[in-house]
Amino acid sequence: MKLKEKRFGILLTFCIMAVFWILLSGIFHAFCLISGLICCAIVSLISHDLLVKGESEKKLLKSLRLLLYIPWELWQIVLANIDVAYRVLHPRMPIDPLIIEFETTLRKDFSLATLANSITLTPGTITILVEPERGKFWVHAIAKESADALLVDQTMQRKVAHVFMETQEETETQEAFE
Amino acid sequence: MLIVHIAVTMLLGAGIFFTLVGSIGLLRFPDFYTRLHATGKCDTLGGGLIILGALIYHFFAYPETPLVPAKLAFLIFFIFIANPTATHALMKAAFKTGLKPWRLGEERR
Repeated sequence: MKLKEKRFGILLTFCIMAVFWILLSGIFHAFCLISGLICCAIVSLISHDLLVKGESEKKLLKSLRLLLYIPWELWQIVLANIDVAYRVLHPRMPIDPLIIEFETTLRKDFSLATLANSITLTPGTITILVEPERGKFWVHAIAKESADALLVDQTMQRKVAHVFMETQEETETQEAFE
Repeated sequence: MLIVHIAVTMLLGAGIFFTLVGSIGLLRFPDFYTRLHATGKCDTLGGGLIILGALIYHFFAYPETPLVPAKLAFLIFFIFIANPTATHALMKAAFKTGLKPWRLGEERR
């Protein structure tokens, strides 16, 4: 299993790098292509563990869920911009900034980074600090309504937890194993 | 081609609008944190929309070089990752140095 995951990591890194090489160079001479592929092979053999960490399972399902999450996130970005535009252009500037704290069930680096970036891009909130041990977030919200979206509805936390399969029960079972 | 022109113009217009709103917000909002709200969000979508317009225009006007739109698509992708991260880094730096956030009713800074 360990070896298989390592091979998968090397292969994935190699494919990504080869695609990048071909797209960014745009030259299809045999010499250029072959030297590029050799470089990709060397780099992916040496440093594949930087891109693909071999710990987590069900990578395919997670990437699929991430792909489904992105359109929703893009729509949220559009809403966020209309929200900011409204607050900027309104003559009386309806803002009431406050800092909120909340804890999530997320523990892994990648999921925490995804949630932090999503919070920054969605209506009226920006991540200030993240504490990975407890999955705790400090968030600066521009108005009460946008703070409520994170504190009361918690749609985004649930969506990200669903994508990375780190909902309440699953995190608890993981901790029980350790 | 007319539809492409209309779509590209709308995308560029929307991009310019959001970038402009971001700049106005940078001037109007009362303190550091709220100003980052304006720039961090509007610059991401504004820049993204402008590049998307350029991408679509190039794709239909110069179909012989399909790699340029691909590179532009990469640019959009990286902007959407790098911009919130940079905003978050600025926020964190300000918070750690102890800059107090502006509350309603205070004077602007």
